[in-house]
Amino acid sequence: MTASQTRVPRSSEMLDDYLLSEEQLEAMYRYMLLSRRLEERMMTLNRQGRADFVIAGAGQEAAQVGAGMALKAGTDYAAPYYRDLGVMLVLGMTAREAMLNALGKLDDPNSFGRQMPSHWGSAKRRVLTQSSVVATQLVHAVGVALGAKMRNDPIVAFASCGEGSTSRGDFHEALNFAAIHKLPVIFFVENNGYAISERTEKEMPVPHVADRASAYGIQSAVVDGLDAIAVYQTVRPAVDQARRGAGPFLIEAKCFRMWAHSSDDDHRRYRPREELENWASRDPIALFRQRVEEDCLFPPEDLDAIESGVEVEVRAAAKWALDQPDPSPDDMFGFVYKEGDDG
Amino acid sequence: MAEVSVLEAVHETLDEVLAADERVFLLGEDLEAGGVFRATDGLSAKYPGRVLDAPLAESSIIGITIGAAHYGQRPIAEIQFADFIHAGFDQLCSEASRWSWRTRGEQYLPMVVRTPWGGGVHGGQHHSQSIEAYYAHMPGIKVVAPSFPADYRSLLKAALADPNPVLFLEHKRTYRLIRQEVEGAPAEDRIGKSRITRRGDDLTVFAYGLMLHESLAAAEELAGEGIECTVVDLLTLNPLDQDTILEAARATGKVLIVHEDTLTGGLGGELAGIIAEHAFEDLDAPIRRLAGPDIPPMPFHEVMESAFMPDRTKIAAAARDLAAY
Amino acid sequence: MATVTMPQLGESVTEGTVLQWLKQPGDTVALDEPLCEIETEKVAAELPSPFEGTLGEILVPEGETVDVDAPLCTIEEVAASAPEPAPAAVAEPAGRETVPAAPVADNNRDGVYSPVVQRLAAKHDIDLAAIAGSGRGGRVTRKDVQALIDEREREAAAADGIPPAAAPLPLPDGEVVPPPEVATVAASDAYDVVPLSPTRRKIGENMARSTAEAPQAWMMVEADVSGLVDLRTRERERFVGVDLTYLPYFASTVAHTLTDFPELNARWHGDELRRYRRVNLGIAIATERGLVVPVVPNARDLSVAGLARRIDDLVARAHAGKLRIEDMEAGTFTVNNTGAFGSIASNPIVNHPQIGIVTMERVVRRPVVVEGDAIAIRSMMNIALSFDHRALDGAEAGAFLAALKERLEALG
Repeated sequence: MTASQTRVPRSSEMLDDYLLSEEQLEAMYRYMLLSRRLEERMMTLNRQGRADFVIAGAGQEAAQVGAGMALKAGTDYAAPYYRDLGVMLVLGMTAREAMLNALGKLDDPNSFGRQMPSHWGSAKRRVLTQSSVVATQLVHAVGVALGAKMRNDPIVAFASCGEGSTSRGDFHEALNFAAIHKLPVIFFVENNGYAISERTEKEMPVPHVADRASAYGIQSAVVDGLDAIAVYQTVRPAVDQARRGAGPFLIEAKCFRMWAHSSDDDHRRYRPREELENWASRDPIALFRQRVEEDCLFPPEDLDAIESGVEVEVRAAAKWALDQPDPSPDDMFGFVYKEGDDG
Repeated sequence: MAEVSVLEAVHETLDEVLAADERVFLLGEDLEAGGVFRATDGLSAKYPGRVLDAPLAESSIIGITIGAAHYGQRPIAEIQFADFIHAGFDQLCSEASRWSWRTRGEQYLPMVVRTPWGGGVHGGQHHSQSIEAYYAHMPGIKVVAPSFPADYRSLLKAALADPNPVLFLEHKRTYRLIRQEVEGAPAEDRIGKSRITRRGDDLTVFAYGLMLHESLAAAEELAGEGIECTVVDLLTLNPLDQDTILEAARATGKVLIVHEDTLTGGLGGELAGIIAEHAFEDLDAPIRRLAGPDIPPMPFHEVMESAFMPDRTKIAAAARDLAAY
Repeated sequence: MATVTMPQLGESVTEGTVLQWLKQPGDTVALDEPLCEIETEKVAAELPSPFEGTLGEILVPEGETVDVDAPLCTIEEVAASAPEPAPAAVAEPAGRETVPAAPVADNNRDGVYSPVVQRLAAKHDIDLAAIAGSGRGGRVTRKDVQALIDEREREAAAADGIPPAAAPLPLPDGEVVPPPEVATVAASDAYDVVPLSPTRRKIGENMARSTAEAPQAWMMVEADVSGLVDLRTRERERFVGVDLTYLPYFASTVAHTLTDFPELNARWHGDELRRYRRVNLGIAIATERGLVVPVVPNARDLSVAGLARRIDDLVARAHAGKLRIEDMEAGTFTVNNTGAFGSIASNPIVNHPQIGIVTMERVVRRPVVVEGDAIAIRSMMNIALSFDHRALDGAEAGAFLAALKERLEALG
């Protein structure tokens, strides 16, 4: 543990400055659940042969939703990574859009069927288009923050990735440049313990990604990624101080990947059986539900209402999306170059 | 009106675009001190906060340029020598090139990456290379390689005005060697256009950068022997100006393509392919390529270096041979 | 005697300046001892002597700039008595240097012809076997076939009494315009191919762009310019050195009328229309190289005399090919003196991204009905306006033309 690093308390010791209202807590639960149910539906469609590929964030919803809610949607820029369905939902993506994306439909607002599913992008939601090359987006977020700083715009750039991405040079280059120029960037690492099949100890010799921050001279924190409230209460102050000009912040959320790397992967080949059998005890949504019931964060009877609402929404969205038009061969053409003069 | 060198043309244009648009900024290594070729000399003091030294990390120089362009700035990155640009290959080819395509133009990148390239400077393997073929292969990146100062000015401005990533190649041997009275000189301001610089009916030479000047010198020499060359300054290497290329090839039916890049997989193969495919019935001889030999990089020692590079003598010899065919 | 040359200090450097000599002729010079200070565009540095001995002659005085490799001074070497090593023979890198080393394969075979030769021969019914080829090994080249085709064409034309295609074109007034000075690079029997000059190509592109992009509407009015004709006759003598035409009057009137119609003094920029406070008037000029439209900036602030001089200067430089880029930029509206060609009605193409162009047609004296139903001989002129219908409608354009007509008729 380095000097610049702080451990954040569990949410039972909620920080006064960053209390969440009942409404926000209900929204938090709803987003997490919507993300999970959408991914379950996508996986079902995949197993039915109707969706070619699924790469999911199941198990990481608390980290994603907690962090996403700390941003100013529509103001702040986000460069998320492919597991971040939860972040995208908080930033405004609808269940219908998520299903269009999963099916590669012509009207998918992320890439119009041009990219694999879960490669996000939305000009109106200020989400940078992303590729499958990991960690490149961290540098893009730094560029956005540099532009904002040059113009004195009070925005924050949020860049997320898995811990696997932190092995790449772009992770280092992004942290280094952001730190030199004190840029408003939040680096959010969802450490789910695996880079596909490689366990963390094969990726790095230190216990925490956040340990690296001190070498760049930036602040960092490690937070329990299964606890949405704790994540929010860690990310939100970092966002606020970055917005005020205090420079970048690295936050590592310790997560648990519930599913295989993707629909094309079988993690039983490389994960211990007990780890997989016990996943339910580390399900962030179940944990949240339990907290609501125990600590009465909001009326527990609302849980079921939210649950049934989400069920209906997801089923309807999937059904609707399946009927939407597929791209035609000609839809691959166009926009290789942006037309016009942008002087 | 004084003559302007390639380097002065670049420097003046950077000064001009920085003055004209607050969104323009420069990012690269050693820029604040003026750059190793002095292309940004004095600009840091004149435009405080808009000429930025970057750490020695090409991937982030290009990646940050992507982010800033996405945000709405007009960044111009400099990669100190083209030889080092490949550390940013992923950012250019896996990201920048398809930013517009994968969002159907909702997101786009008005960015420029400038970089000095080419040999003839005793720069050895990592200060002499031709890197254009790797990047010209990638749809979505425009690759520009001017030869004359006037075109450097007009095309650098065009690159900045373009809403797409433009790789702007500056031949370092010509920086101070090539001077031009720019007033009244032809200045191409459209990316994607080539220029027929000289017309003759015996054969057609295609070149760019230093090789264009060597080709023009060879053409002048050949004219004294009664061999008249059409010489095409390609100017843009991607997307290629197919119309002008075919017009020039058809004009003589004999084609000589010159580049200092190595032969295999070089741009000459693509040009030859276009001409063979579309102008077959106008050809009067096999298409010839004069290029660097297939050894990995440019050698250092000047004897080997000059053996590696095409020059006016070799071009003239190849042209004579072709004209006689 | 060894010679010290200007080193290349820095990649891309082509020359260097001797700032100061640190050694003088006769001085002893140790190996690596500084000889002089030199400066290039990249660095300033001392030049350490590459030889040991006595400085002989200084060949470049202080302050002088010379090319890289130029001799700077000579040094009488200490070991000069030792025989100089023979220069190392530079091996001919035959076959291994710049690709390709091999000449075009001499694969001429009887009856094998290049694609273009075969195509031309088939088209013109030529027996290739009968041609003595000028290529390597007697190969028949494109030029050989073309020469035969050209010869046949000349013979046929002579038989038909048709003049050669490239003959100068006589104009009605007897003036002769020479054919454009461009090389004919390809031809068939029926036509000559004239390669497009850059100007011609640019004109073509601009015209095509304008018509493709801007929906253009046209209208014309007729003005009685008898007053202007008198005025010009009166004022003509006062103008020394400038042949006063109607154009400056017309330009001045257009510029002032635009003040009342700012909606026409504008440029169309995609999703916005930019109305300009200053009138930068484009003047269409036909030159030997093609049409050019230089701009008179701030035309409204110039007198007729000032406009006349300014236009005269532009015309002269346009014909001499000496227009500058800035002469061509930032026009907000264009005037075309089509009357100079004798035209009485024309339909100009808007000079995109401007949105309006007006022509002044030829002044014609003819009988017209005047006040009181009388018939009089008046000097009449048509004024035609094309405009970008995206930017404005017929009502505004018509009002502008009416105002222009009124102002013109009030002159004199």
